[in-house]
Amino acid sequence: MAQTGASKASERRIGVPEKVPVVLTVNGTQTKLELAPWTTLLDALRERLGLTGTKKGCDHGQCGACTVLVNGRRINSCLTFAVMQDGAKVTTIEGLATDGKLHALQQAFIDHDAFQCGYCTPGQICSAAGLIAEGKAKSADEIRELMSGNICRCGAYPNIVAAIQQVMGQP
Amino acid sequence: MINFQYARATDVADAVRQIASDPAAKFIAGGTNLIDLMKENVERPTRLIDITRLPLKTVEQTAEGGLRIGALVPNSDLAYHPLIAQRYPILASAILAGASQQLRNMASTGGNLLQRTRCYYFYDTATPCNKREPGSGCSAINGLNRMHAILGTSDACIATHPSDMCVALAALEAKLHVAGPSGERTIAFADFHRLPGDTPERDTNLERNEIVTAVELPPRGFAANYTYLKIRDRLSYAFALVSIAAALELDGTTIKEARLALGGVAHKPWRDAAAEAALRGQPTNPASFSRAADLLLREAKGYEHNSFKLELARRGIVRALTQAAQGTPQSQSNKKIR
Repeated sequence: MAQTGASKASERRIGVPEKVPVVLTVNGTQTKLELAPWTTLLDALRERLGLTGTKKGCDHGQCGACTVLVNGRRINSCLTFAVMQDGAKVTTIEGLATDGKLHALQQAFIDHDAFQCGYCTPGQICSAAGLIAEGKAKSADEIRELMSGNICRCGAYPNIVAAIQQVMGQP
Repeated sequence: MINFQYARATDVADAVRQIASDPAAKFIAGGTNLIDLMKENVERPTRLIDITRLPLKTVEQTAEGGLRIGALVPNSDLAYHPLIAQRYPILASAILAGASQQLRNMASTGGNLLQRTRCYYFYDTATPCNKREPGSGCSAINGLNRMHAILGTSDACIATHPSDMCVALAALEAKLHVAGPSGERTIAFADFHRLPGDTPERDTNLERNEIVTAVELPPRGFAANYTYLKIRDRLSYAFALVSIAAALELDGTTIKEARLALGGVAHKPWRDAAAEAALRGQPTNPASFSRAADLLLREAKGYEHNSFKLELARRGIVRALTQAAQGTPQSQSNKKIR
């Protein structure tokens, strides 16, 4: 580690970045990557794997546009380093459709016109997939509360809740 | 974000060894607060020690009849754990009042204890902040201080502790298990977080070379009469302006035991022995609750933009104690306050 006389420990710099090997199974395909440790999962998906469906909104965990499923659980991909997810199974919006057929949530978002600009939609849909897998939301109030980590600045919330309710089999 | 090296810890002893060998290293677990602060250049570790593979992910019953929660149990798993939901619902409720489900899926129990304030000036490296840069001054005291503290402040810092989970843990009188170079020790919850005083850069009494391994809950869970009432600027996914954890043990309509902890008002979850003592032996009525609120807030002091918190906290305490006494805890999905 190169230290160049900086007086405070917090201001030291490290030398040539060492890349670290990371294995991710993304949408069913295992991928081996060499990444700088500070590469977020979001940046690895978008910049290295070309999976730009996952959006970078705020990049600080406040908007939910970067939501993906890691080992079946929804997380903010902007707030985790890819190296920390070494060995994980990641599902992005690109991995939800099967055999050319839309995922039920994708179809429901179309049926209910659950978006305007669409920027938050991949995160909304991945988050909703996580929500349904968790099985904790029973009512519209609970759906709203447990989807509150996904911001929609177009304000499509009522239709988003309706789309999720359709997939959950609620009236 | 500055460049850093990445290492994994294999067990607790290895984690302690690694942190002790590099003064610029930090542990990372959920990362939801640390990575955010690294992106803002507020935290600048040159080495991250990933502790997520340590075996600290279980919730176990203790010999005393309480629970021992591993430091790496994610917030969401803890909130939905059957024993927490059943025996310590005030903790489940507080956790579900905080952050979003995505963040709770990542955030660890230990990390929640150690999260930093969300004071705007702490985050803004262009402004003075004694917590971030000791001795540089406090921008909040005469600045935008709507979110800030009204109790236990100092001339150096008026930041608040942001956690909801910790407010419930304070009310439950949890204790923390930590490991360090000289072995293990336990810390009572009340002794863990600090008031700012003239060292606001130190949030807790955890030493730099120590790691939190578990949170222990005592047997008493107040499952019958409790509430976690959180008041904020929007209905969900926002930090508390004021939050109240209230837990009672009743004998008919007489209060046998009372716990009252507040979030959003101080540099640590705020409890007041006099306010709790004043509730014991009293009937569950508005007069008792108001007296406790006045006692708890007797030294509260507002700043330019947050004086509303004095009355908000007073009314919140009365409402929370009413909810607890009636056995009608605040719903964290239907936000109507009854």
